[in-house]
Amino acid sequence: MAVVPLAGLAMLAAIGVIAFKSPVRSALCLVLNFFMLAFLYFSLNAEILGITQVVVYAGAIMVLFLFVIMLLNSGGENILGEKRDLKFGGGILLGLVAFGLIAGQAFFPLLSIATPKADDHFGSPQAIGLNLFTTYAWPFEVASILLLVGIVGSILLAKRKL
Amino acid sequence: MDIHHFFTAEPAGQALGRVLWVVVVILTLVPGLIWYERRLLSWMQDRIGPNRVGPKGLLQPIADGVKLFFKEDITPTLVDRAIYFIAPAIALFPAFALGGTLPWGPDLNWTPISNANIGILFALAVSSLGVYGVVLAGYGSDNKYSLMGGLRASAQLISYELAMGMSLAAIALISGSLRMTDMVADQTKPLFGVVPFISNWNIFTPWGLISAAIFLVCMVAETNRAPFDLPEAENELIAGYHTEYSSMKFAVFFMGEYAAMFVFSGIFAAVFLGGYDPLIHIPTANVGWLWPLIFAPAVFLTKCFLGISLYIWLRGSLPRLRYDQLMSLGWRSLLPLAVANFVLAAFWMLAKEVAGPYAGFGAWAIAAAVLGGLYAALSRLFNPKNVLADREVIFVNEAAPRTIELVETGVGQG
Repeated sequence: MAVVPLAGLAMLAAIGVIAFKSPVRSALCLVLNFFMLAFLYFSLNAEILGITQVVVYAGAIMVLFLFVIMLLNSGGENILGEKRDLKFGGGILLGLVAFGLIAGQAFFPLLSIATPKADDHFGSPQAIGLNLFTTYAWPFEVASILLLVGIVGSILLAKRKL
Repeated sequence: MDIHHFFTAEPAGQALGRVLWVVVVILTLVPGLIWYERRLLSWMQDRIGPNRVGPKGLLQPIADGVKLFFKEDITPTLVDRAIYFIAPAIALFPAFALGGTLPWGPDLNWTPISNANIGILFALAVSSLGVYGVVLAGYGSDNKYSLMGGLRASAQLISYELAMGMSLAAIALISGSLRMTDMVADQTKPLFGVVPFISNWNIFTPWGLISAAIFLVCMVAETNRAPFDLPEAENELIAGYHTEYSSMKFAVFFMGEYAAMFVFSGIFAAVFLGGYDPLIHIPTANVGWLWPLIFAPAVFLTKCFLGISLYIWLRGSLPRLRYDQLMSLGWRSLLPLAVANFVLAAFWMLAKEVAGPYAGFGAWAIAAAVLGGLYAALSRLFNPKNVLADREVIFVNEAAPRTIELVETGVGQG
């Protein structure tokens, strides 16, 4: 059972993201969190999902995050300090309620699972590619067009004059 | 437990043996690489280089190592301590992890460390992690120059990662697998499907050649080596991200760079140069264990050394790029070229499916024409003709265009 330590580390890292006051440390915790999620996928035989997690999130998006943090060099750690007032307590309360709701839904079904492991070829590149280009071809293409629109839009926003 | 049994029969022991083998070989080779680089570079620059310590200067890296050990280990007062100290370790880790799916020989019991179905993606993922060490060192040092170095490294990596991924995608398409052992096995087929005794290395095909060129540029950029060593450009940034690092902390960065160079050369060899394949088909069955354990890794290591020599050659011959040149090369030249190459490789596969291996030769001409045309169009599009050349420059303060007057001074004559 590799799930428990990995999930625990992932949760610790996720708490670190909101608990640290330095933006760079928060970002690093997020990287750690993504890594733990990737390892979780690996432990479930979903290799391609895990490696995509690392390539896309840890390798590209978080590098961009760090780039922006360093570019702005937001050294002012005081900016991120929050006031402790009623909203703080309310937030914790609501968070606990949400946690209880989700845990109540997920805990008992999880207990009954004996072997949390997929078939050998479940997450293989071949299987995923086949599914993407046959069963899910339509949503796949729509998503790619959406991304293309996003790219063109960001170029339009960034450049006044093409 | 019997130690021999542990390393040969137990799966965990075998895995440990594979890891140890790779790490020990890389760690042993790094000092040799440093000596090799210094000697080769000085030969190229018409210097002598380190030749005093030991025979031919071979012990120079050890002397350097001892010197680094005994240097004063300075930590600036205002650094972000946790990040400052963890950065060299983070820089070293990907350099070693990169070779995790790299096959050194045909025997799957010994290599690669993990014959995962995602081999080449793993290499891509880990190589993109290499920038964290640099970025964190730049941030943690609390130094403007270091910060600039880290910034440059992150922007450079993101730009070149894309082109690298696209160039490898074309090869994955041709090989039909992401597994590195499959890629190597695919390259042992007869050349172009018709020449039986020579192997079909990917670099012999047009798409493979273009992919190899793109990958080569990207791998030099990802290892922050000259001419892409902007993160540590010493004439602008002192030493860039490792300005504030001294003693062994600096040595760790140095070691990581060389290990990454070595492993990237290995990936280049495995993906484009047939891995451990010796080009000409030789009967390997009758040499027994010598082939998988000695000869095949030797062939592979030879290719790695060729790659490293190329690294050094590039460093010796090319000046450092300017920052805008770096960005323009990555985004405007390499990326479109890699995408076009990817599409062409797909078309070639289709032609081969439909018309058999000889259609490949016809596809060559088409591929060359289309790629050449695309490249010409792209250069026209992005590099419009030099506007400065035909723009008339009028100096406000000077009424008439200045003519150079030759004044006889008498100095230097006679």
